[in-house]
Amino acid sequence: MVEHIKISLRITVALLVITCGFYPALVWAIGQVAFRHQANGSLIERNGKVVGSELIGQNFAGSRYFHPRPSAAGNDGYDGTASGGSNLGPTSKKLLDTINGLVTKYPDTKPVGGIPADAVTASASGLDPHISPENAMSQSARVANAAGLPLTQVESMIHSRTEGRFVGIYGEPRVNVLLLNLDIDKIAPKK
Amino acid sequence: MKGLDFVRFAVFMGVLTMLVKPVGAYLARVFGRERTWLDPILLPVERAVHRIAASDPEDEMEWGRYATAFVVFTAAGTLLLYGLLRVQRLLPWSGHVTGAVAPDLAMNTAISFATTTTWQAYAGETAMSYVSQLAGLMLQNFLAGAAGLAVGIAFIRGLAREQSKKLGNFWGDLIRSILWVLLPAALILSVILLACGVPMTFSPYVTAHGVEGGAQTIPRGPIAAFESIKNLGTNGGGFFNANGAHPFESPTPFTNLLYMLAIAVIPAALTYTFGSLTGRRKQGWVLYAVMAALFVAGLIACDVFERRGPPLPGVAHAAAAMEGKEVRFGIADSVLTAVTTSNGATGSYAAMVDSMTPLGGAVVLINMLLGEIAFGGLGTGVIGLIMALLLAVFIGGLMVGRTPEFLGQHLGPRETKLIVLYTIAGPAAVLIPSAIAVVTRAGLAGLATNGGAHGLTEILFAFASSFANNGQNMAGLNANTPFYNVATAVVMMAGRFGLMIPALALAGSFGYQTKRPHTAGTLETDTPLFAMLLLGVVMLTGALTYLPALCLGPVHEQLSAGAQYHVDETPR
Repeated sequence: MVEHIKISLRITVALLVITCGFYPALVWAIGQVAFRHQANGSLIERNGKVVGSELIGQNFAGSRYFHPRPSAAGNDGYDGTASGGSNLGPTSKKLLDTINGLVTKYPDTKPVGGIPADAVTASASGLDPHISPENAMSQSARVANAAGLPLTQVESMIHSRTEGRFVGIYGEPRVNVLLLNLDIDKIAPKK
Repeated sequence: MKGLDFVRFAVFMGVLTMLVKPVGAYLARVFGRERTWLDPILLPVERAVHRIAASDPEDEMEWGRYATAFVVFTAAGTLLLYGLLRVQRLLPWSGHVTGAVAPDLAMNTAISFATTTTWQAYAGETAMSYVSQLAGLMLQNFLAGAAGLAVGIAFIRGLAREQSKKLGNFWGDLIRSILWVLLPAALILSVILLACGVPMTFSPYVTAHGVEGGAQTIPRGPIAAFESIKNLGTNGGGFFNANGAHPFESPTPFTNLLYMLAIAVIPAALTYTFGSLTGRRKQGWVLYAVMAALFVAGLIACDVFERRGPPLPGVAHAAAAMEGKEVRFGIADSVLTAVTTSNGATGSYAAMVDSMTPLGGAVVLINMLLGEIAFGGLGTGVIGLIMALLLAVFIGGLMVGRTPEFLGQHLGPRETKLIVLYTIAGPAAVLIPSAIAVVTRAGLAGLATNGGAHGLTEILFAFASSFANNGQNMAGLNANTPFYNVATAVVMMAGRFGLMIPALALAGSFGYQTKRPHTAGTLETDTPLFAMLLLGVVMLTGALTYLPALCLGPVHEQLSAGAQYHVDETPR
């Protein structure tokens, strides 16, 4: 028993050096040398200021921007320090009321087949950077109007920002909201 | 179920099946102390670690010593982690945390990570400093994962050996698990993750000035190194609260797919290792086939239920169950993840289980209740399936009127008692605490988000997850209370030691016997017929034990929501 305790402690220290010293240091070094942008959080700068991360969704409310999904992260949504979903059960009255409220207040023309589900449901992380292409398309008329751009141009911007499935099989087609909105700002600068 | 979902699942199973033989053969070489291509680098490191620890890998242990070493090592890891969490504010890289982790939460977290449960009653982005994440939690991801693999290997050795009470050396197996298996795999996986966008930095959180002017804190950290071992070690405790759904933990469908393979491949390959070390290759493949059948059944069931999400008025039918799911994963990849992690003793997730459809979520719960035998945890999954197999051998023996035998060894009274002990540990440690929770104020106080039948499911899920050392939670349950911190910690220890000690005891007594010759009267255990019997035993013991509780939880919820979930035959 005493022997086991002694060995446990010594082995833990030895393995601490390998798995928590050598290993993360090597991964860190590879990241900082070969994948600097990703390793530091895929941050996006504009005019020398960090405006966000490619991978972390952020709030957009103005009509000239595409809106992200509803978010349960923090009180106002998209709080980077409070990731998480609503955790409301599938038969929760609160969840159904919330969704019905969002459907009623939907700011765009409702598509014929119904509002895309991702536009009225909160993601698991609360930081989902993407919306579905259908969701983006149903917002395109409002954005084109508010930004003073032709609708066809906005739609082709959505197409060029649409990412497909991995090897055509895994995941779902998606559009990165922040990157798309930065495109809008670039082509039609805010006055 | 959509056609493309079938393709996703089939390709996943195909890739996994192709990896079983090479990985399983490699594991057999590593733990048989045969030559491998990594030896030139790793042998000197292994010698150095044994010299520092003053341990002798040649010193073979009987089951009692092996089990004691395993328990003492886990206890030491728990205490060290507890201490670290209590003093984290005094150490560097802790600017974003508010203070030390509270005593009950630190105790719960320490036990949770040292038993590979990695149940998380905290949110990583605000509760854990970078030092706590790495030297605390990630260290245990390596150590506890490796300890589980060591026990699995010792169990297989016991079954394979003849007239020997020895199961191997725990310290030797532990160090080989880390140096030859987990560390190289984690390094390769980490580099791929880096390329895909998973951060790896020690710089503090940054404040971004959003496009519309609002400020947003972007959390960062040494995430890539953490995430790869989190999945390889079948631990699953995320760097952030949102775990595998967080875009920094899994930025693309490709990273999610890699994680699922990382979780499943070693436990699946251990069936081949078993066949190889016992000289019964066919038996190994039968075990793999049973695992795969259970796994695929779960995938199909879960996908069918999730695709039938609630029809919401005014919302497009396609993907109506998107609450708690990420756009990049959608329904099917979230289902693949939920089924892999719930079978694989890994607490990670890509979608919130709490918001899944009642029966879709029930599949996740059932996978854990059946003992995580479809691939299962690192080292523990193969034990779970073989224990179920021995139960099937016993029942099959009764049916044909023969003495039950497996691998030429007799299942006597001692072995049978150990199998029964192993089998009833689960129901006792899951159902009793759940029952206590639903009749006490402290237990019911956890139902902060949902109530009714769904609340019961949340409580049952919490204890099932703790016992299965899974760690996944229905996060609507407020589990960071003294009641749940203590209760789940006790159940986690029951799930770790209450299963591994009887398993090692059984392996010890198996190895001591002389193998009997195979006769015409021997019940064949490597045939499709026996595989069916084994599946039947697994389903039957699970159904008899948990069906009443499941009826009151998810089944009740699904039926009571009948109007919402009416069978709508329009294509989704």
